[in-house]
Amino acid sequence: MDYEALGLKAGIEIHQQLDTEEKLFCRCPTVLRDTEERSGEFFRYLRATESELGEIDRAAQEEMKLVRRFRYYTYDTVCLVEHDEEPPAPMNREALAVCLTIAKMLGMTPIEQVHTMRKLVIDGSNTSGFQRTALVALNGALPDGCQIETICLEEEAAQRVADETFSLDRLGVPLVEITTAPCMHTPEDVQRVAEYIGMVLRSTGRVKRGLGTIRQDINVSIRDGARVEIKGVQDLGLLAEAVRLEVQRQVNLLAIRDELCARNASVDPNPVDVTDIFAATKSAILQKAKCILAIRLPGFAGLVGREIQPGRRLGSEMADYARKCGVGGIFHTDELPAYGVTAEEVERLRERVGAAGEDCVVLVASTRQRAGCAAEQVLIRARMALAGVPEETRRMLEGGGTAYMRPLPGAARMYPETDVFPITIGKALWESIEVPELLTARAERFVAEHGLDPALARQVAFSERLPLFERMVAAGVRPTLAARTILATMRELARDGVQVERIADDEVLYLLEAVEAGRAAKEAVPDLLAELARMGARGPPATPDQSRERVDAAIEKVAPAVSQEEVEAIVRRVLQEREKFARQRGMAALGPLMGVVMKDLRGSADGKLVSDVLKRELQRLLS
Amino acid sequence: MRCTCAGLTLAGTYITERDGMAVVKLDSGYNIGISFSNVGWLERPSPPPAVTTPVVVQDSALPEISIISTGGTIASRVDYRTGAVTSQFSASDILRAIPELGSIGRYRTRQVASILSENMLPAIWQELARAVYEEIGRGVAGVIVTHGTDTMSYSAAAVSFMVRTPVPVVFVGSQRSADRPSSDNAMNALCSAAAATSPLGEVAVVMHDTTSDDRCAVHRATRVRKMHTSRRDAFRSMGMPPIGYVDYPSLKVELADEAVRRGTEEPELREALEERCGLLYFHPGMPADVLDPFEGYAGLVLAGTGLGHVRTGWIPRLRELIAGGTTVVMTSQCLHGRVCDRVYDTGRDLLSIGVIEGEDMLPEVALVKLMWVLGQEGDPDAIRELVQANLRGEIRRRSHDGL
Ligand SMILES: [Zn+2]
Repeated sequence: MDYEALGLKAGIEIHQQLDTEEKLFCRCPTVLRDTEERSGEFFRYLRATESELGEIDRAAQEEMKLVRRFRYYTYDTVCLVEHDEEPPAPMNREALAVCLTIAKMLGMTPIEQVHTMRKLVIDGSNTSGFQRTALVALNGALPDGCQIETICLEEEAAQRVADETFSLDRLGVPLVEITTAPCMHTPEDVQRVAEYIGMVLRSTGRVKRGLGTIRQDINVSIRDGARVEIKGVQDLGLLAEAVRLEVQRQVNLLAIRDELCARNASVDPNPVDVTDIFAATKSAILQKAKCILAIRLPGFAGLVGREIQPGRRLGSEMADYARKCGVGGIFHTDELPAYGVTAEEVERLRERVGAAGEDCVVLVASTRQRAGCAAEQVLIRARMALAGVPEETRRMLEGGGTAYMRPLPGAARMYPETDVFPITIGKALWESIEVPELLTARAERFVAEHGLDPALARQVAFSERLPLFERMVAAGVRPTLAARTILATMRELARDGVQVERIADDEVLYLLEAVEAGRAAKEAVPDLLAELARMGARGPPATPDQSRERVDAAIEKVAPAVSQEEVEAIVRRVLQEREKFARQRGMAALGPLMGVVMKDLRGSADGKLVSDVLKRELQRLLS
Repeated sequence: MRCTCAGLTLAGTYITERDGMAVVKLDSGYNIGISFSNVGWLERPSPPPAVTTPVVVQDSALPEISIISTGGTIASRVDYRTGAVTSQFSASDILRAIPELGSIGRYRTRQVASILSENMLPAIWQELARAVYEEIGRGVAGVIVTHGTDTMSYSAAAVSFMVRTPVPVVFVGSQRSADRPSSDNAMNALCSAAAATSPLGEVAVVMHDTTSDDRCAVHRATRVRKMHTSRRDAFRSMGMPPIGYVDYPSLKVELADEAVRRGTEEPELREALEERCGLLYFHPGMPADVLDPFEGYAGLVLAGTGLGHVRTGWIPRLRELIAGGTTVVMTSQCLHGRVCDRVYDTGRDLLSIGVIEGEDMLPEVALVKLMWVLGQEGDPDAIRELVQANLRGEIRRRSHDGL
């Protein structure tokens, strides 16, 4: 597809959790919990407050379609602020500093006085019914010129456990929201920009890592299409694909619109009750429904069933809208007869609603109230098809496709959080913010300073164990040994089922120090790490001393260091046993003999030491 | 309005001045504070569009409930253009905010005051009592008083002493502001309306019973206390269980046997109050001259330690106060349990100089009661008798509820 010609415009919003001690507006730790560990639960109803204009936000209203009661799980790491039972504490200064650091790295200008707002969110993910958010800095730029519009500091929402059940551990974790201008014009641009910003964020060393700690929302539109926001893309690898598929969807919806126009299609606003037609149907869903309503869509035949994204049709979009009323889905005549509905039933249905050959008929089945609501939703979506692409918030499906979530939120459903005082970002504060080295720059430095191979250097720089690497190098561990241990060795051990996450950073450091000091052999490192992981089952070491003790105990158990005299003794014994072989081969026997000696030592001695001794002894034998 | 910030020109609405900066609401909805030198007027703000608030038609077949407001917010509206939050008082506004109220009763509203509850005055209690009495006289099925939660229990106790009522008089408020979708205002209002049309016949406080939106407790006005600064379920009955519960969302009212039933009392207003009364919280080391300003006061309630004590050194000064005509009533900082000044020497000394044991009355309730008693009665023996008599459920003859 020629994206430039289609007028693709895309922007991204990146949400990144910050790794601070405490939450943004209370003093609770920013730790996630297992729902099994919950200490209690409670439930609440949320109701949208009326605005000055006598209207309720359309996104909020959508959520109100179902009367919803939200259940919340609470923990001993959660307080009354997350329960919405206590006013917020002042804004966490540590989080503000991290946010300002990121702003500075992106070349942004801070707001003189930062005001915290309440943003209406009544899907249950915020106990208060709003999310606290503050605009912190404006107008930055990426190296390729793409503009960063804003960075906001806000509180993370509660995690959804099941439909209407939320877990409060995540609520209130500081989050930065970075919004770019719609400055990307190809799917690959989107991917690249997201990767770059992600790298900047990780360069601070102050952001959370791991699944769910960073989420991307993408804004996509094409010429004559509409702005569509795709929510919560967690897998960076899917960004470009999501953009491609959204463009495809909009192109197809526009083609459908053109065809509907050409056919002079319309929407019959009066659903017809057709429950009796399906009294004896073989379709289980229709059979048990108390009420079945039919919506006639003149001129829509064949288009409701037309694919707009892999596996998704215009009918899928209508079904998404209908689901907001609590129905499971819809049937339409483009896909009937099927699902137990016979050709004869379809014929009677068409006859009843007066459908011509060019017309499509959509069925919704549920209780009377739900079916009425769902029919209304189908009508709304069908009318949108006549106009083209609706502005929507969509959620990502597996594979990069999307489903309708809710209308785009209105722009201005915010009012001040009066319980939090504004913060002035003075010159002194702004100037005190230090800009950390970018991970890409750090990788280059590792190549230059430590002679690491560029791929390895990049891996180290982007690794979660980067601080450990830097500590080890500072302690005199050879950079390659340090890098290989945290990247290759530990990864291989993890693949073999060793619980490497149980090994403390301190332990890795002391272990490699021991290797460098000749107290343990490099070759024994995997076995030693595995032993430390086993010891870690008792819980992490409480103090640096305890880490040292564990490392010493592991060396003692797995591979007690062998002294040079012992190595010499073993080497002499091996040479004696294989004297004939050694004399035949001369110095070429070094390699094979080395293997025999090392096997004997079981990794308890450093390979270089062994090879030096062996070489010397062999030379002596041959001379 | 336009402002320049970070080299950008941004459009927004000027809201106010704060700490020498202009607070501007950007079109994105965010407020920012910027120097006035960076702000330029683009155009005068257009006047807000006229708000047409449709009048809600009420069901004339339902019982009539009178809502009297004193400043507590039962409904509010947010102007997202400016971020301003305004309280709503008219019946129509309240019904549009909480439509479910419409199926419980029809409403008339009346505003007695519009104050923060910490600014409440005994004179406003009297105004409130008159309003309640008048509404009862109009034949309403029940009265709801919306009130800020800080001093709600004082006002409820005051009305309880001043007005004899055959119908429920229900005080209600919210702990979490009404502008938030999670506010307890709607559920509390619905439960109070249910209580106001129930068989109850006394003054009560109806507020959340737990942190969940599951039920409200109905508390006796003279035995209730705000026991938490911010939680929804801050109001607790002290020394007795609540006199009822209202289940949510069914709004089924369940009253304890002890709750006074509708029609038990004849309406009566006795609004006189003696305002020259004080409440003093004793602490170790508190000097006796703290009592000096109470010279000439008609009444003084002491919140003493434990069973009802103040330091021995206070005895001479208290004797002078009492001799000068001040009625002194002893209550306990423990809040739970009964005062007994017959156990230790200090207590016996306090009794001998004429300090009245306030039984198991809450200190604040004892203060309000003392104001009322002194407003009705001048004879010291009659005053003592009234203070120690159970008039409105404020004193329990038997102590059987623990902590
Ligand atoms: Zn907390």
